Amino acid sequence: MSTVAYDSTAVLGRHLQRIRHSPGVVILTQTMPITMLLFFGFVFGSALATPGQEYRAFLVPGLLAATAAGGIMTGMFQSAQDAQRGVMDRFRTLPMSRAAVPLGQTAADLLTTVVGMVPLVLVGLAVGWRIEGGVGGALGAFGLLLLFRFAANWVGAYLGLLIRNEEIAGQLGSVTFVLPLLSNAYIPTEGLPGWLRVVTEWNPLSAVAAAVRDLCGNASPNPDAAWPTAEPVAGALLWSLLLLVVFVPPTIRRYTRSGE
Amino acid sequence: MNTTYAVLSEGLEKRFGDIHALRGLDLAVARGTVCGVLGPNGAGKTTAVRVLTTLSAPGGGSARVAGHDIVTEAAAVRAAIGVAGQYASVDSELTGRENLRLFARLLRLRGATGRARADELLERFELVEAADRAARTYSGGMRRRLDLASSLLTRPQVLFLDEPTTGLDPQSRGQIWTAVRELAAEGTTVLLTTQYLEEADQLADDIVLIDHGRAAHRGTPAELKSRIGSYAEVVVADESTEAVFLTAAGVLDQLTGTEPVIERERRTVGAVTTDGTLTLPRIVRELDAAGVPVADVSLRPPTLDEVFLRLTGRAGAPGTTAPTTTGTRTGTTIRATEESAA
Repeated sequence: MSTVAYDSTAVLGRHLQRIRHSPGVVILTQTMPITMLLFFGFVFGSALATPGQEYRAFLVPGLLAATAAGGIMTGMFQSAQDAQRGVMDRFRTLPMSRAAVPLGQTAADLLTTVVGMVPLVLVGLAVGWRIEGGVGGALGAFGLLLLFRFAANWVGAYLGLLIRNEEIAGQLGSVTFVLPLLSNAYIPTEGLPGWLRVVTEWNPLSAVAAAVRDLCGNASPNPDAAWPTAEPVAGALLWSLLLLVVFVPPTIRRYTRSGE
Repeated sequence: MNTTYAVLSEGLEKRFGDIHALRGLDLAVARGTVCGVLGPNGAGKTTAVRVLTTLSAPGGGSARVAGHDIVTEAAAVRAAIGVAGQYASVDSELTGRENLRLFARLLRLRGATGRARADELLERFELVEAADRAARTYSGGMRRRLDLASSLLTRPQVLFLDEPTTGLDPQSRGQIWTAVRELAAEGTTVLLTTQYLEEADQLADDIVLIDHGRAAHRGTPAELKSRIGSYAEVVVADESTEAVFLTAAGVLDQLTGTEPVIERERRTVGAVTTDGTLTLPRIVRELDAAGVPVADVSLRPPTLDEVFLRLTGRAGAPGTTAPTTTGTRTGTTIRATEESAA
């Protein structure tokens, strides 16, 4: 096990060095949700029946959840790039732990996310979002967000190993922006037509957003919603664990046998 | 277990769907030697290296690298080898120094030891000035040198180089060749694949010619070349008479034992020779003695196309002509020889 830890730390260091060299990419992906917060919150917000401040307080947890789901995109792009550029094959010829490459990669992503969420939280607080669930609730909310980000990043890592092409991964990455649109991240789902409502409420992102709203005391979950969104804390936890159970083993296996 | 051979494979098989990339490849590379694996695109060279370096699992057959089975002792193989090539690359976003330090860490060269070894290799491969620039800013030659340095961190017993100089300028190629010679002198076993006959000739103790996923021919460069032969060609002086052409043809016939080909519009007389002892001075002396006014004489090594045409009876894949040879008319020459013989 110490081999895995040692090698993962080395790979983690590699990813942090990459960020240090080109911080632009990270800054861009992290400022995106802030731009959306300001745009949705003030432009759309003033057109909605809901008062602007109330909508923005609703929106911030949704954007935090969407940011967490963005782990799919970053994981997919990184794996596809490493597979295509041959870095992965270099690692695979070394006498190192093969699980360490995806582990180090996802751990680095988690660290970036911790830092990257801070500006969104600060801007969110500035435009009217409040944390009213106490320290425990806030810690729970961020714990869930990070767990979900970690799970989403593994999903991405797996997809990237299937794709093995940075360009295609980049294009598919932009498709993942649809995920929050089909959830309660930006809009309440109550008003949606029946089938669409089912889809959005079973979207793991809805459970995560609802859980953050619940834990931060912004809004109570809707008891009429589909189960994972009605019981969002348990729902978000289970969704994350399910994704990890489903995607971690095949990612490691695929990495081990990559390029057959 | 045979410890005489650093690489020993028997009947290696590999399929990718419909493509049968390796069809029973047998290789035997003696410890401390340089083996050149030669073949056109698609012959199975890269697949062979991928299987031997544990990147790809064989579909059948067996192989041992540095005495370890590539399937059941893959970890031990990885600890004993270095790999550089078209794939197995570095992280282009990191600097040269960061790349070397990262791989050093992963190879268990900890702390100061790893840093010192990285610096040593940067020095050796003339990358000190570029050491703190991102690898993506490197030229093709620098990039290959960094790849090579990355595979030498722990002084591997067996080094695999997959087309180490494809696409490089002559100077960069020379630097890689020097590095390979030094490694060989230090006792490292090297298996290198190449499309260039000249490269194999320059570096390899033994050459294996791969065709259709199996070893078609093997031998030392001299053996292989004597089997393939060379092409002796005379350009006679302007305004030469028919008698001059015939005299030159007679001289070449005597020297090579094969029927010469006369191309009057190019003023050339040429013949294939398999006599390894035939030298340019001797051809010149004989022509001079026969009174042939000579404008130019060449005795050039066969191109890879020629190797394939002569040894496998068909042309190699497109784009396999060695960069240093002079033209691609060999096929027509040989066909012309056959026609004139008929």
